Amino acid sequence: MITLPFLVLFPAVIAILLLLVSADAWRRLVVKAGALIIGIASLYLLFITPETGPGFFPVEFDSISELMFLAEMVIAAFLVYLGIKYKKYLAIFLVVAQAALLVYYESLAATGTHIVPNLFIDQFSLILALIIGIIGSLICVYALGYMATYQEHHPEVRDRRRTFFFLMFFFLSSMFGLVFSDFLPWVFFFWELTTLCSFLLIGYSGTGEAINNAFLALNMNLLGGIAFVGALLYLAFVSPGGELLNISTLIHSGHMVALVPAVLIAFAGITKAALMPFSAWLVGAMVAPTPVSALLHSSTMVKAGVYIIVRFAPVLTGTMEGLIIGLIGGFTFLLASAIAISQSNAKKVLAYSTIANLGLIVACAGVGTYKLVWAAILLIIFHAIAKSLLFLCVGTVEHRIGSKDIEDMTGLIVRMPHVAVMMFIGIAGMFLAPFGMLISKWAAIEAFIEAQFGLIFVAILAFGGSITVFFWSKWMGKIISVCPVAAKVENRIPQEKWIALSLLTAMTVFICLAFPLISSYLIEPFVLSVYGATTRLSQDNVTIMVMMLFLLMIMPFSLLWFRKEKNIVPPYMAGRPATPDLHFLGSMGVTRQVTLGNYYLEEVFGEKRLFMAGTALCFGLILLVGTLTAGVAL
Amino acid sequence: MILLEYAVLFIVLAPFIGGLLAGIDRKLTARMQGRVGPPILQPFYDVGKLFQKEQIVVTPSQHFYVLSYLVFIVASGALFFAGGDLLLVIFAFTLAHIFLVLGAYSSYSPYSFIGAERELIQIIAYEPMIILAAVGMYMVTKSFFVWEIMTSSLPLILYLPGVFLGFLMVLTIKLRKSPFDLSTSHHAHQEIVKGVTTEFSGPMLARVEIAHWYENVFLLGFIYLFFAWNPLVGIIAIIVAYLLEILIDNTFSRATWKFTLKSAWIIAGMMGLVNLGVLYYLSGVVPV
Amino acid sequence: MTHLSKSPWILHYDASSCNGCDIEVLACLSPLYDVERFGIINTGNPKHADVLVITGGINEQNRQVVQNLYNQMPDPKVVVAVGICASSGGVFRECYNVVGGIDCIIPVDVYVPGCAARPESIIDGIVRALSILEEKKRMPAHGRATGGGER
Repeated sequence: MITLPFLVLFPAVIAILLLLVSADAWRRLVVKAGALIIGIASLYLLFITPETGPGFFPVEFDSISELMFLAEMVIAAFLVYLGIKYKKYLAIFLVVAQAALLVYYESLAATGTHIVPNLFIDQFSLILALIIGIIGSLICVYALGYMATYQEHHPEVRDRRRTFFFLMFFFLSSMFGLVFSDFLPWVFFFWELTTLCSFLLIGYSGTGEAINNAFLALNMNLLGGIAFVGALLYLAFVSPGGELLNISTLIHSGHMVALVPAVLIAFAGITKAALMPFSAWLVGAMVAPTPVSALLHSSTMVKAGVYIIVRFAPVLTGTMEGLIIGLIGGFTFLLASAIAISQSNAKKVLAYSTIANLGLIVACAGVGTYKLVWAAILLIIFHAIAKSLLFLCVGTVEHRIGSKDIEDMTGLIVRMPHVAVMMFIGIAGMFLAPFGMLISKWAAIEAFIEAQFGLIFVAILAFGGSITVFFWSKWMGKIISVCPVAAKVENRIPQEKWIALSLLTAMTVFICLAFPLISSYLIEPFVLSVYGATTRLSQDNVTIMVMMLFLLMIMPFSLLWFRKEKNIVPPYMAGRPATPDLHFLGSMGVTRQVTLGNYYLEEVFGEKRLFMAGTALCFGLILLVGTLTAGVAL
Repeated sequence: MILLEYAVLFIVLAPFIGGLLAGIDRKLTARMQGRVGPPILQPFYDVGKLFQKEQIVVTPSQHFYVLSYLVFIVASGALFFAGGDLLLVIFAFTLAHIFLVLGAYSSYSPYSFIGAERELIQIIAYEPMIILAAVGMYMVTKSFFVWEIMTSSLPLILYLPGVFLGFLMVLTIKLRKSPFDLSTSHHAHQEIVKGVTTEFSGPMLARVEIAHWYENVFLLGFIYLFFAWNPLVGIIAIIVAYLLEILIDNTFSRATWKFTLKSAWIIAGMMGLVNLGVLYYLSGVVPV
Repeated sequence: MTHLSKSPWILHYDASSCNGCDIEVLACLSPLYDVERFGIINTGNPKHADVLVITGGINEQNRQVVQNLYNQMPDPKVVVAVGICASSGGVFRECYNVVGGIDCIIPVDVYVPGCAARPESIIDGIVRALSILEEKKRMPAHGRATGGGER
């Protein structure tokens, strides 16, 4: 099992290397080599993960926990320094509060704990590890091309690419540590590291807006961190010997004991996954360079938030607290999807869609029946792939056409055919049958019906699901409009971007074909080991979906068949002669141009209104669950 | 359980049934308006004529989208009649409709564009209700599979009256009848020229028309599911429901998109959700 | 016998008409004359139409429009010029702004004179256009006709 510590430490080594290397050629070599090795090591995990139940790997070095505590204090001091530098007093307060609680915990723990911390691997950690190792590495490779162009386009931003790549790989290291740790204080340590990386990466460009948004993200994640330490403290009080500090023992210990820390950690997960009322930081984090958005804020870091909630789903299931957490997720799904309709900035649409899907995963985890956990894990996988693909496509498009606005992406199929097709597949992967996200939502609907109060969630899924159809379809429509007069701008895209984009596109399609295998080899064993029961899509349905996927894959060949179509006429402009890009002679002899803009339905789906509604509603729900949990704790 | 024979029957017979239905629709509409109206076989003449016209396009990619639309409508309907999972059928139909919308978008034409946006609004207006209808059927029969819903001996309509009313309301949207024919409509009801189908012509338009026929047969089948426990009542229900739709079509003028969206979500949603809520509560009291 | 004459869809365009003939065309669609019983539908879209029913003459403003509409109609197609203005320019023939009848721009198949043309004549004209349509379908098309040149 040496692979586990290898995956935790090796990216950190690469990170430090990248901090030292300043020549671009060396950097590209190190990043690509590092990415390849990490990817292969993650794949290797597939073969060594035990078939049933988790495999444990005790770490015998006693001093590691002390080193972690030391590191946490150093980080706290660093954050306080930055807080003073940028006059962010709330951040200083939160850092100090968290550090103080941590010191208190350590003093309690020092007297009691004598357990050996474990690294562990089970199918769920494996799935996350694959996402981190494969998708994360691809994004780092993509970032090579992206950041080179970024620095060209933004000469006012200091070239801190050494720090950037250091942080990206260091982040990969922290994520591996997070998903492989069984010992909760270690999970917390890696959790804090991811908060730090996110904070520093959001503020990369150094502009006022970036710094503000970075501190916003920091504050909200610190709130979660404080709750996490609260959970550790509770466990220190309840079991001084420290037996319950391992996730595996905590989950199987029985509801009463585990519920309070589960809710507190779920709160930490909610802040990290940017559910309402904490969604503002994720939307604000979109000012960061696109690889950051792709890696941290859609496929990996925010997945840590939902990962931990899904881990605790067996504790939350059937409880009122779990139900309320599920409702927070559900309403986030509904409202964030609705807000996405009114957004025209592509990254904001992706951000709100991410928030919505994370909400859906938490809804499944909060209600937590075995069928729902199955659906939640499926959602995690498919969302990570499709969303990172979309972010990378948007980044590529942005660099070539100079805009992130969907309205400027009209006719992308003519201007950047290959990227447009990849974007098309990515968007289709987010909401169309038979792609994975739709399968997961379908499985979730079927699973929610049987759960207690499930009707509310079914309604949320029915309405929320339809809403997602709207904003994705109109984006798709924009990019496939064949606007005849448009220059091709697809040249000069760096090779690294093409590698990442093509591989992710292939994965989006392949993973749909492979999902029955993924379900039987990875998801079902995990659900079975945790719940004693598992579920799957019926064989008939699987066959039908594979048939649908094949149909979908052969239909585009009709484009070749009809390519020789010669009878092309202009679109109907009421008879007015018009140029191919729709300039026509209008009234008063003025030449006008038709511009076709999507509906954004501001009055119904406006961001301000819905954001306030969601924040208020979910804040109320959090207060409710807090009160209930306090009642249990005392 | 997948019944391939019924799927094949559907694929072969549905165009004829759907076309006849369209013809009867036009005849009745004409009679309601005090006219003689076209012969009942008129839709077949229309489609036949369209196939004899020259194919012109605004962009060759329209072929791909319209063909995919037709193929997936047929596949979804076939899945329904083969007894498959009702939710999957609904999602497959959504996939098909997205292809139609994309076909309209691809031509970069103002009228198609607005038609496509309105079509998307229509889709999000009716989809929640249809999903709730499927959920309601599951709650009564404990299965999503059409085969099992159809052979269930429970009178679904008595358990799901609110859901059925909500479904009738969104049926008006799906059948493209006034007041909800926002995106494209019968020729006599045009508003934004022909909306979604403005830039389609000849054989391409014929395929869209045939796809509509397939879908209408599916919708009739869906109505029948509510009454499946007694086939005679089912057929009468279909006839009455369709007559009602024709009457509504000829009585009301087109609504705005806001009204369509609001009424579909609020009214239909309310009726559907209240019905389902009552069922939920009752199922704790009376075993169904 | 093809289906073309059983399902002729018309596109009705007012070139520079005083609307007298247009009212008569629309009257044909009303219950009194009810041309839908022949399968005739008034589409507003050239791409869906078989028969172009034009009233009024050609002037500078509508010259390109008529050409455009004619080009966007798929073959086979016929043009019915309704009213004397569409046939030859009518009383406005000598005006400075009027070029002439529709056949200055596009080939006309049926002329329906009258001022205003009566619905019975219009229907008669369209029925004759249908048989011309059938003939055109039988004859192989010689490329897409881009319309006649100016006289």
